[in-house]
Amino acid sequence: MYAQMIKSTGQGVKSLDEMEPEERAFQERIDAGGKIEPKDWMPEGYRKNLIRQIGQHAHSEIVGQLPEGNWITRAPTLERKAILLAKVQDEAGHGLYLYCAAETLGVTRDDLTRDLLSGKMKYSSIFNYPTLTWADMGAVGWLVDGAAIMNQVPLQRTSYGPYARAMVRICKEESFHQRQGFDIMMKMANGTEAQHKMAQDALNRFWFPSLMMFGPSDAESVHSAQSMAWKIKMNTNDELRQKFVDQTAPQAAYLGLTIPDDTLKLNEETGHYTFAEPDWEEFFDVLKGNGPCNTERLEARNKAWDEGRWVREGLIAHAEKKRSRKMAAE
Amino acid sequence: MSQPLFEYLCRMGDNALVLGHRVSEWCGVAPVLEEDIALANVALDLIGQTQLWLGLAAEVEGKGRDADNLAFHRDVWDFRNLLLVEQPNGDFGRTMMRQFLFDGWHLAQLQALMDSSNDQIAAIAEKSAKEVTYHLERSSDTVIGLGDGTEESHRRMQSAVDRLWPYVGEMFLSDDVDQEMMAHGIAPDPASLRAGYDTLVADVLAAATLKRPEDDFAHKGGKTGVRHTEHLGHMLTQMQWLQRSYPDATW
Ligand SMILES: [Fe+2]
Ligand SMILES: [Fe+2]
Ligand SMILES: [Fe+2]
Repeated sequence: MYAQMIKSTGQGVKSLDEMEPEERAFQERIDAGGKIEPKDWMPEGYRKNLIRQIGQHAHSEIVGQLPEGNWITRAPTLERKAILLAKVQDEAGHGLYLYCAAETLGVTRDDLTRDLLSGKMKYSSIFNYPTLTWADMGAVGWLVDGAAIMNQVPLQRTSYGPYARAMVRICKEESFHQRQGFDIMMKMANGTEAQHKMAQDALNRFWFPSLMMFGPSDAESVHSAQSMAWKIKMNTNDELRQKFVDQTAPQAAYLGLTIPDDTLKLNEETGHYTFAEPDWEEFFDVLKGNGPCNTERLEARNKAWDEGRWVREGLIAHAEKKRSRKMAAE
Repeated sequence: MSQPLFEYLCRMGDNALVLGHRVSEWCGVAPVLEEDIALANVALDLIGQTQLWLGLAAEVEGKGRDADNLAFHRDVWDFRNLLLVEQPNGDFGRTMMRQFLFDGWHLAQLQALMDSSNDQIAAIAEKSAKEVTYHLERSSDTVIGLGDGTEESHRRMQSAVDRLWPYVGEMFLSDDVDQEMMAHGIAPDPASLRAGYDTLVADVLAAATLKRPEDDFAHKGGKTGVRHTEHLGHMLTQMQWLQRSYPDATW
C-alpha cells in the first residue's frame, strides 16, 4: 500500500496479562474501539511504527504527484487539464495532512523530508513506474487510487486519532480521484483504435504493479500481527488485494479491456476471483531502488528541495525581520 | 464589430491560458508544499477563466469552434496574449515576479471590465476579479517577502524585476481593437490603467526593498500577434501535441 513493509517491534504480540498496567490500559482502550490522542501514553513501538507508516504514506502522496504531474502540460482539453491539476493538488494536500499527523508524534516535517530525500525512508513502489501515454492518467486514477482507497477506507477507524481524522478527509477526495480515472479510461477504451490501444497498454503495464501496492502476503508476519493488534493496520495484505481484484475485474470487463492475467477467473462458489501473484522479485527490486523511475523520482524531489532553499530561507528571514520590527515599535 | 470583439476576447483568454499553463509547470516541484498547493490554485483559476473567455470568443466568432478548438488548434500567430505571460518560469522568484506584474494589471483590467456595456464580459470579469484579488494579494506578499528576505533572495528578486520589466509596457499600449472596444463602451483605454499600476508597483517594490528599473522600454507584439517570443512555440508543441497528433479523437 502507500505504506509497505512497515516493521513493528518484531517481538510478537503480548497478551494483556504480560503487560504493565499502563500498556494494558492502552491496549484495552484500543480493543474497545477508543482513540489514542497525541498527549496519551503510548508504547514506544507504537509511536515509532506510526511515524514510519504515516511518514511513508505522506511521502507517497508527495512523490505520487510526479507521475501524474508528468501529463498536466500535455492534457488534451482544458477540462481534463483542470481536473488532473486539481487531483494532483489534492495529493499535495494529503501529504500535508499526513505530515501534520506525523508531527503530533514528535517528528518534524523537515526531519521526514530529509529522510525521504536521502533514501532512508521509502514511498509506495507504484510511483516508480513511468506514465507513458494519456491513458496512464486513467489507469493511475482507476487502479492506483482505487487500490489506495481499499486500504484507506478501513484506516479511517485506525486507533490513532490524528491519523484516523486525516484519513477521513483524504477518503472524501480519493473517490473523486478514482472516478476521474475511470472516466478517462472509458473515453479511451471506447475511443479510436489508437486510444483503445493506449488504454489496454496502460492496463497491461499497471495491473501487476497495482497488485504489488498491497505488499507481499503478511498472514504469517509478526509485524503485521502487532500492527493489527494496535489497529494501525486493519486488514491483511491478501484480504485487501482480493477485495481489489474482486472490484476491478468486472470494471475491466465493462471497459472492454483485458486484464493481463490468463489465470484470472471468478470462482462461482466463493464469489471471489482467483488471480496470479505479481512478480515479487520485481517488487523487491523496486524497493531497493531499482524500479524504472526510482532515480528520476528522488532526483526530482531533491532538485525541488535544493532549488527551493533560497526561497524558504528568504521567507523565514523576512518573517523574522517583520517580527523584530514590530517588537522595536512596541 | 464581431471581429475586433473576437480579437479582444482572445487577448483575455490567451493571457489566462498561457499564464495558467506556465504556472501549472510548477506542479509537484515547488519550494514548499504550501506553495505547490497555492500555485495550483492560481493555475486552476486561470484555466477556468480561459474556458470562459475563449468560450465566449468562439461564440462571438460563430464558426462552430469552442474554447478547446481555440486553445489547442491555433498556431503562434493566432495567439493574442501579452509577451509577459509567455516568458519562461525561470526560478521561483521570477515566476512570482511575473505573476505580480501581471496580477496588478489584470485586476485593474477586470475591475474596469465589470462596467462593460457587454453583460457577458461584465459577468466573467466580476467572477474573475474575485479570484485575481487573491492572486495579487499573494504575489505581492511573496515579492515583498523575498525582496526583503536574505541577501540572496533580494538579489534574485531584483534580477527578476530587471529581466521582466521590458514586458510591462505592452499592457498599456492600444491599437485599433482597443479603440473599437472603447468606442462601444466595452473595455477601458489601456493607458488609463497605467497610473494606478505605477502606484501599486512603486508601493510593493518599496516594501520589497527593490528598485524599479529606470528604462521603460517596452517590447510589443504579443497582444497583436505580430511578433511573439520564441518561447510560445515551444509551449504550444507540448500543450497541443496530443490534440494535434490524434485529431479524430475525443478525450
Ligand atoms: Fe492521496
Ligand atoms: Fe494517491
Ligand atoms: Fe488520490
